[in-house]
Amino acid sequence: MAAYFASLNLLKLARNLPGGISQGIIWGIMALGIYITFRLLDVADLTVDGSFTTGGAVTVMLILGGWPAWAALLIAVLAGLLAGLVTGLLHTKLGIPAILAGILTQFSLYSINLRIMGMAANKAVSVDKYHLLLSSRHIPAAILTGALIALALVSVFYWYFGTEQGSAIRATGNNQAMSRALGINIDTMKVLGLSLSNGIVALAGGLLSQYQGFADINMGRGAIVIGLAAVIIGEVISRPLLGKYLNFYGTLSFTVIGGVIYYLVIVVVLWLRLNSNDLKLFTAVVVALFLAVPYLRGQSKSSFARLKRKGGNEHA
Amino acid sequence: MLKIESISKTFNPGTINEKKALVDLSLHLAPGDFVTVIGGNGAGKSTMLNAIAGVWPVDAGRIWLDGKDITALPEHRRASLIGRVFQDPMMGTAPNMQLEENLALALRRCQKRGLRWGVTREERAAYREVLKTLGLGLEERLTAKVGLLSGGQRQAVTLLMASLRKPKLLLLDEHTAALDPATAAKVLELSEQIVSENKLTTLMITHNMTDAIRHGNRLIMMNEGNIILDVSGEEKKHLTRQELVDKFAALAGTPIDSDQVLLSQ
Repeated sequence: MAAYFASLNLLKLARNLPGGISQGIIWGIMALGIYITFRLLDVADLTVDGSFTTGGAVTVMLILGGWPAWAALLIAVLAGLLAGLVTGLLHTKLGIPAILAGILTQFSLYSINLRIMGMAANKAVSVDKYHLLLSSRHIPAAILTGALIALALVSVFYWYFGTEQGSAIRATGNNQAMSRALGINIDTMKVLGLSLSNGIVALAGGLLSQYQGFADINMGRGAIVIGLAAVIIGEVISRPLLGKYLNFYGTLSFTVIGGVIYYLVIVVVLWLRLNSNDLKLFTAVVVALFLAVPYLRGQSKSSFARLKRKGGNEHA
Repeated sequence: MLKIESISKTFNPGTINEKKALVDLSLHLAPGDFVTVIGGNGAGKSTMLNAIAGVWPVDAGRIWLDGKDITALPEHRRASLIGRVFQDPMMGTAPNMQLEENLALALRRCQKRGLRWGVTREERAAYREVLKTLGLGLEERLTAKVGLLSGGQRQAVTLLMASLRKPKLLLLDEHTAALDPATAAKVLELSEQIVSENKLTTLMITHNMTDAIRHGNRLIMMNEGNIILDVSGEEKKHLTRQELVDKFAALAGTPIDSDQVLLSQ
């Protein structure tokens, strides 16, 4: 045991933290996309595991084809919008439950992503040969770029979901019967929300592929879980921290920060030399715990189990 | 104002659960009519309101509202003409949105929802004014999440939302049934006030015979998917609960089956 602790090198941890931050910001941006569906529309959209990779694949292929990185990202966003559109139409026009519609799109995207990458499972784009927006080779610059993009997105979100159209999307997620009665076409709003969400997710995929210098067919696996983790961590820490001053701007910012915290935890876990193959199990347990906390907290205040604990046997 | 011509609706046709909910039902409402609707459970009262609102398409017949044939319009397109308050106080408002946001959603009923700001400053002042008329102190809680309001407060807000953009027709579907008696009376009084101030054509379902007699200028009684009694004017004013119960027994061929109708004062 002592030998184990002695072998841990704090300097090494400090060296790895900036990388965790930059990667966390990128996943935090993706979590903003997930926030739209999970919190505003109240659907768990599983398309993201596929559309994240689509974003990465499109970005890398276009950059390899000579496109400037920003233009490649723009097309990646459009590809993500399209993926969300497909899920939205499967759900609203064909009556497929949202979660299943997302799974179907995600499943089909595996083939599509392979085609985008020319049937290769992995495509590298070197920062030495191409001009990329951010790279793990220049971490401070990557953090700055990522943070600026995140800030811009949070501002756009804050504006958009305050507009009439954005309000209609939120209303749809809140109360469908009311929304219809107020003349909101809830099908349109769901399709719109799913598209926007996947557009943002694809953007994050495009950023990550540049950051790590390659797109991989499996890079989006578990994206939904990481996104949920970021959203939930953000909520759990922002509420006590900001209290009644917590507005939509704060919630969104903390979603990105949630992504950063998640990745910092990963860095620490890896530093503790836990097997990296166990990371997914670890993440799932963390997300399950955080999802359960609000429920369990409610239960501890009012539940049959509590009555059982309190009740005596005097009438037995 | 509202013209319903021989509409029918059967749920689960051809199955063991088949239910003829509306059978060849016709109804005409003049502008400004305030009609109360009574009848036993399963008589088709809510089904009629849902047919008018367009929750699903009818099997046969046509519906006109304000001179327009709305039979083929989906629910969200009819919403420009119709204001609704539901029985469940949870159904009429968005719980996670602020009070002013809810009202703003209602103000934009069936208008293009573009990229302009969702709530403007001038609106806010106007909301404060209309909320004052409710007398519930809600004008001080514009930015409170509606989920924090009580059932009665939420029904009052839903009423406002339904009438904020003056509808051609107001549908009240037992909107006081889930409230305690004092709150129910208050919400009913508000409904009366809003309907008369805006001269709204209104259909109000109630399980309370006394309310049905006291409010509105016309009363219809439904049974087995159709209207079996339609009284208005002086005749309606002088109705008594006992007369209604007797009429129901005579017209429907069975005594009224709902304890709720008989017992509610």
